[in-house]
Amino acid sequence: MTDNDLMQRSPHLIRRHRNGKIGRAIFFLSTTIGLVALIVLILSIINQSMGLVIVRYTVEPATLSDKPLEDLESTELSAILTQRLKPSRLRTIERDTPLATLSRTQLYNLVMEEIVVPKVQKSFHLDESLFQRAKIEQIASEEYPGAHITFRSWINWNFIVGSLSKSPEIAGIRTALMGSLWIILITIVVAFPIGVGAAIYLEEYASSSSRINRIIQTNIDNLAGVPSIVYGILGLAIFVRSLGDLTQGRTVISAGLTMALLILPILIINAQEAIRAVPNSLRQASYGLGATQWQTIWHHVLPYALPGILTGTILSISRAFGETAPLILVGASSFINKDPSSLFSRFTVLPIQIYNWTSRPQDTFRNIAAAAIIILILTLLTLNAVAILLRNRFSKRV
Amino acid sequence: MEQEMFRPTQQTQAISPFDVHASSALIANLRKRPRWGERFIQGFLFFCGAVSILTTLGIVFELGKESLLFFQTPEVNLIEFLTGTKWQPTIGEFGVLPLVNATLMTTLVAMLVALPLGLAAAIYLSEYASPKARGFLKPILEILAGIPTVVYGYFALTFMTPLLRTILGSETVQIYNTFSAGLVMGIMILPLVCSMSEDALNAVPRALREAAYGMGATKLETALQVVVPAALSGIIAAFILAISRAVGETMIVALAAGSGPNFTFNPFKAAETMTGYIARISGGDVGYDTPDYNSIFAIGLLLFTITLALNILSRKLSARFREVYE
Repeated sequence: MTDNDLMQRSPHLIRRHRNGKIGRAIFFLSTTIGLVALIVLILSIINQSMGLVIVRYTVEPATLSDKPLEDLESTELSAILTQRLKPSRLRTIERDTPLATLSRTQLYNLVMEEIVVPKVQKSFHLDESLFQRAKIEQIASEEYPGAHITFRSWINWNFIVGSLSKSPEIAGIRTALMGSLWIILITIVVAFPIGVGAAIYLEEYASSSSRINRIIQTNIDNLAGVPSIVYGILGLAIFVRSLGDLTQGRTVISAGLTMALLILPILIINAQEAIRAVPNSLRQASYGLGATQWQTIWHHVLPYALPGILTGTILSISRAFGETAPLILVGASSFINKDPSSLFSRFTVLPIQIYNWTSRPQDTFRNIAAAAIIILILTLLTLNAVAILLRNRFSKRV
Repeated sequence: MEQEMFRPTQQTQAISPFDVHASSALIANLRKRPRWGERFIQGFLFFCGAVSILTTLGIVFELGKESLLFFQTPEVNLIEFLTGTKWQPTIGEFGVLPLVNATLMTTLVAMLVALPLGLAAAIYLSEYASPKARGFLKPILEILAGIPTVVYGYFALTFMTPLLRTILGSETVQIYNTFSAGLVMGIMILPLVCSMSEDALNAVPRALREAAYGMGATKLETALQVVVPAALSGIIAAFILAISRAVGETMIVALAAGSGPNFTFNPFKAAETMTGYIARISGGDVGYDTPDYNSIFAIGLLLFTITLALNILSRKLSARFREVYE
């Protein structure tokens, strides 16, 4: 009796096999939905980060020179600046940095910012720009006569190194990146030693029969599930308000400490797993040679567990890097244009900027929010790639 | 560093191995000697562990203290807070239900997306997928889990809402609505449900599956009638943790669900959740010790209590499936 005969005889079996196939298809489709969502998410963000824009210039570039501005030499550019700028404005700029010391690109940017002053009237998404060019040209000629249509990528070098600004055309994210960097540094300095210390204590010293140790362990597990905004409330109450004299309120240090508390439970759990993976024979060999407990940990357990600990740390850092909610409470302000310079500077960070720009109704702010998101995601991917490389590299050696 | 360990110390060199009396004296000596360095280190490490306890105490103390101040304000009383359907601090109405209701709506929508899809994906990955397919699909879910929530908020507001408005009409769907926020939140939580459920499914011993096949069950029947029931406590733990995550999620709802408390059961209307309210109030410049400021803490305390209870429940359940099979 072959399979085929059996199938023919039993409609019941046929139905069961058909159900099996349908079930499999449903499970497979559900799994691919994650993939589809990821692709749609990324495409929709790229879609909004570049595209055609209708621009109007305060001064037409063509009236400044016969050649296109991009082709001009430094001397010609500074000549334009000295001719066209108001003397008072020129003096202010000269006082900061004399024109002669500026590079060609800096001069070009100055000309654009001070004289040409492009104002984006309307921006279009990438898909519209590619497939509906005629319609865009029609809108431009009907609603914005005399304006220019150009292609603009909202992610560009000026966007990365420029300081924050109220107008999206010239806004950059340097201040926010610096803010993120300061906070991450404080977070690492505070959370890493405490987190690893706690993990060592729980794995190497604490006996599970002791009540206090069990409480600590359960407590850490539960803290890992507390919503991040609750840490924000804690940070606001303790670091910003109660310790306000030490931290001077809504500053980098308050934010860094809040973030440290936020990632501590995750960091501890990751480090615990890394330490638990160290084979016991290593410890016993070390004790057998007469080493004390700390010598064993310091010379044998930690070096073995280090790659795992570092990987876990980088992963928790990348979580802190993308975290927004607690920093809203601790008081990242969106309207500063001075880079943080000390522990007591006011600050803003990349996710906060994305939040603020997204919550504005104008399209151009959505564009720069998309551009900032791309930078954020690229940074996170880099961090994670480093973590994976680290893990692979060291796991081969050990 | 390791070489140092093998180098005999001065003390051991001085004693010949045959000198039993001397060496036993040394052992006694070693035992008695207080190792202050070791003690100090152990104390420091214990302190590191205790920081987590301090954090919890800090949360409970601060939330409790400020909430107490909030409930001492003349316009506020606890019963009204928990049962009132209006939240309008300007006219002294402090009923938390509109905020709780909006939180429940976004959570419900998110769970309708994340739970079935997450479980189905987990079944596929643990029961059907070839190692190659797993190696490709799992990292994708991990990337999805690693994307910051503010990005999901952006996605909900600039992609999901316009999409819903095109499909269902812009008069039914408001620009800010809980449905779009919930949908995107579901996508965000899907990887969590999937990976936790998959762990639970993988913990089911191979023998159970073999037995089912031996009885002539198809793969689907084995998966649904043997493996899933065996892993049920773990799967429910995943579901509960997902709910807790959805309740505490802030950025998606702050961007896409709308600002301004609104007691409505229509998912296409704007309504502010508990987390959204906290974010909006604290984002503005609120003076300390005003009822607005204190209300953040009262709502925070409610949020903390709900999520903590859910987390503890989830942990209890997942501990149970570990006990059975390991």
